[in-house]
Amino acid sequence: MVISEQPTTQYKVIGTRPIRHDGLDKVTGRAVYGADVRLPGLAFGAVLRSPHAHARIISIDTTQAQAAPGVLAVMTAQDVPARNMDADRIMATEKVVYRGHPVAAVAATDLNSAQQALELIEVKYERLTPVLGIHEAMKPNAQVIHPNFKGDHLGEPVGNTNLATHLRYELGDVENGFKNCYAIAEREVDLATVHQGYIEPHTGTARWDENGRVTVWTSTQGAFGVRDSVANALDLPQSKVLVCPLEIGGGFGAKLAVYLEPLAAILSRKCGRPVKMYMDRQAVFEATGPAAAATIKIKMGVDQEGRIQAAQADLRYDAGAYPGSPVQAGAVCCFAAYDIPNLLIDGYAVMTTKPKTAAYRAPGSTHVAYGVEAVVDQLRTKLGIDPIEFRIRNASHEGGRRADGPMWGPIGTKQVLETARESSHWNSPLEPSNTGKLRGRGVATGFWRNAGRRSSVDLAVNYDGTVALTEGSVDIGGTRAAIAMQAAEVLGIPAEDVIPSVVNTDSIGYTDNTGGSRTCYATGFAAYRAAEIVVQEMKRRAAMLWEIDDNDIQHRDGVFQSASDPELRMNFKQLASRLQGTGGPVTAAASVDVSEAGGAFATHLVDIEVDPDTGKTDVLRFTAVQDVGRAIHPSYVEGQMQGGAVQGIGWALNEEYVLDEQGEMQNSSFLDYRMPTSLDLPPIDTILVEVHNPVHPYGVRGVGEVPIAPPVGAIANALHDATGHRFDSAPMKPGRILQAMGAVKDQ
Amino acid sequence: MTTKTVRNVHVRTTINGQEMEFLVPPYMSLLDALREVVGLTGTKEGCNDGNCGACTVDLDGRIVDSCLVLAPEAEGKEVNTIEGMATPQGLHPLQQAFLEEAALQCGICTPGFLVAAKGLLDNEPDPDEHRIRHWLAGNLCRCTGYDKIVRAVEKAAKA
Repeated sequence: MVISEQPTTQYKVIGTRPIRHDGLDKVTGRAVYGADVRLPGLAFGAVLRSPHAHARIISIDTTQAQAAPGVLAVMTAQDVPARNMDADRIMATEKVVYRGHPVAAVAATDLNSAQQALELIEVKYERLTPVLGIHEAMKPNAQVIHPNFKGDHLGEPVGNTNLATHLRYELGDVENGFKNCYAIAEREVDLATVHQGYIEPHTGTARWDENGRVTVWTSTQGAFGVRDSVANALDLPQSKVLVCPLEIGGGFGAKLAVYLEPLAAILSRKCGRPVKMYMDRQAVFEATGPAAAATIKIKMGVDQEGRIQAAQADLRYDAGAYPGSPVQAGAVCCFAAYDIPNLLIDGYAVMTTKPKTAAYRAPGSTHVAYGVEAVVDQLRTKLGIDPIEFRIRNASHEGGRRADGPMWGPIGTKQVLETARESSHWNSPLEPSNTGKLRGRGVATGFWRNAGRRSSVDLAVNYDGTVALTEGSVDIGGTRAAIAMQAAEVLGIPAEDVIPSVVNTDSIGYTDNTGGSRTCYATGFAAYRAAEIVVQEMKRRAAMLWEIDDNDIQHRDGVFQSASDPELRMNFKQLASRLQGTGGPVTAAASVDVSEAGGAFATHLVDIEVDPDTGKTDVLRFTAVQDVGRAIHPSYVEGQMQGGAVQGIGWALNEEYVLDEQGEMQNSSFLDYRMPTSLDLPPIDTILVEVHNPVHPYGVRGVGEVPIAPPVGAIANALHDATGHRFDSAPMKPGRILQAMGAVKDQ
Repeated sequence: MTTKTVRNVHVRTTINGQEMEFLVPPYMSLLDALREVVGLTGTKEGCNDGNCGACTVDLDGRIVDSCLVLAPEAEGKEVNTIEGMATPQGLHPLQQAFLEEAALQCGICTPGFLVAAKGLLDNEPDPDEHRIRHWLAGNLCRCTGYDKIVRAVEKAAKA
């Protein structure tokens, strides 16, 4: 269902559901992903990874491996040209700081030989104490992981610490705000490390040619991002690296970083052949991603009318082995759904000897929504106010202020909540179980800010009236269609007549990553601009043919017509066939660098059922309501909402990294990590609310990330409704539920 | 032990209706043989331990994870992969339904889902939603939340 402030009837293409342009290749097995690359003379690389979470490297002896049959090249960190923390992350220099940290790599004529040669490399380690928890890493006497690193603590550089970042946002006077409250509630929740869980493992293929130029074939969320990262690691100018992006089998934020690509390039230089590398699933779990674990402490206070007067947060995110965590985003998202006069947010990013965390869909937002939505539920229960009414009463709105400073533009917080209140889900009472199970309903709201940034699009009109669209944004889930549709709308031609191609970094202007929910918005914006240029030039050509003034030509719904003489008219196709002889091909290029897209809010409703004998929770019904700005292709917007919701359900109920005391992951396979399957889930209902975003010509906001923010909080609230217990640790797995209900002593 | 000392095994099999023979090391999986030796890369690797279903193929009328089958086990059998699903006359109704229902996002799990769903519909032309969810529980998709996949299979069954 789509509920719109401004119905799409004015559009011919926007809001329709054409078959995506790359669909045929993807349902026939023809689409080429990272692992499908074939090159003449291809060699295969394999990585030796640290068995320890924290150890000093005493020595690495590669002599035997180098002499092994089939081996073409062996490398260690000494072969990595750059000397910085990111190069150290790619291959360990003095210390390994997570289990799975690369220490050496081999290229051989075949993969089996490369893997066998790894066993011949002798690495001597001096084991150090692993630092595995946020609390442990922040202790004053904690083992410091990077002795030379300086953290940023409220703007001051501080050494000898695992605390990479401490930031603070403040509005009003929080202390005074709490003094005037009628009721105050406070909770601390924690979330385990989880993985993004894309089905395609990471790959990287590279050739270092005789001119010193490196070509990389990979599956990534950003070809230009890979180009820049590889150039940095290899200490090359960006122009010496060409990146050819292949189809990408899921990323969710974790295919922004490079892991294998620089190693493949270095091995290629050493052996003179292109080298292909890919990870097995265990390496994906142990040495890529994951999303940060966190401890989130939230305190909120309300007056007697149920208006939130003050709120305070202490957010601690596990960055993993290197700086970089979603703490800033978490702090921005934390109280975004509410209009609160007095705020204090302290955010901490803490380094541990675990893999460096990566973005995961609205990074940081799920964590804070878990804590905030539990406290909101507690307060509204205490005051006896309906959960949606309480949220509407406190909803953030245009003209209010976000915690980090910016004034809200038009946002859909309230419209989303009102739509949820009118939904059939909310208006259907939850029937009690007839098999003795405990049922509950939960609500939660979440926020994501949606990025803008740089994108480039080229258009070329074919003489048959179709238009080739060239873009730098890799397509992770239907953006070829969504971007082509925006160009088609401007040109007045069917979506199918725009033919999109995702190209390499030599063939299009700079384009930022497919991430931050930015692609449909920013690359769509570039497509819109380029299409406007095409229309202008086509008008000029029509004027030339009819020997009238350019300004006399109108373009509407794909028809060019003289305003003064309506007899003079040609559709897009007819005019395209006349370009030969009026100046030749019509092409256009447009690049944009746009601001944040305007935030998106989502409210999720969930009904769950707990088996009191096993502690297992089943999701019975799920409705995701979201402000999508404008749904260009509603099917793929719904798909984003459903996919995000289900990742959130997995995060809430069963996903986690189980580490032993040495930091070794005990469940590094899909069997043991246990993501949701089709059988674990009900249909995921979606309601799209369209609150026009004035900074985009069609009102697009960005839709991909916010749907992962509410589910953990919504399920925790539903569990409270079902059992009377509040669950403050995710995942809320059967053992924890049984323990809370007194069925077992220890989980 | 290295690959050089292992004697390759000769395999004669039928892939997508075409008889073929190839040489593989005895430890090679059917998945790797399809992708690396035969050159059919539509069958995908997601985990290589039988838990994601991305490598699903039809082996003598049964759907299997091709990463858990040794290539020499295909001797004398019929293997059907995603590449054999469409005919010169057009797409299989499941492929068409996946396109129309937007049942794919990144597309990496799609070949496995299509082959698995075909295995269901070939034997049970009218499964209900629960049956579809149960049958497809061996195939992981991380993008879609399965909603549109289940609807597409329902639609194809009715086609």
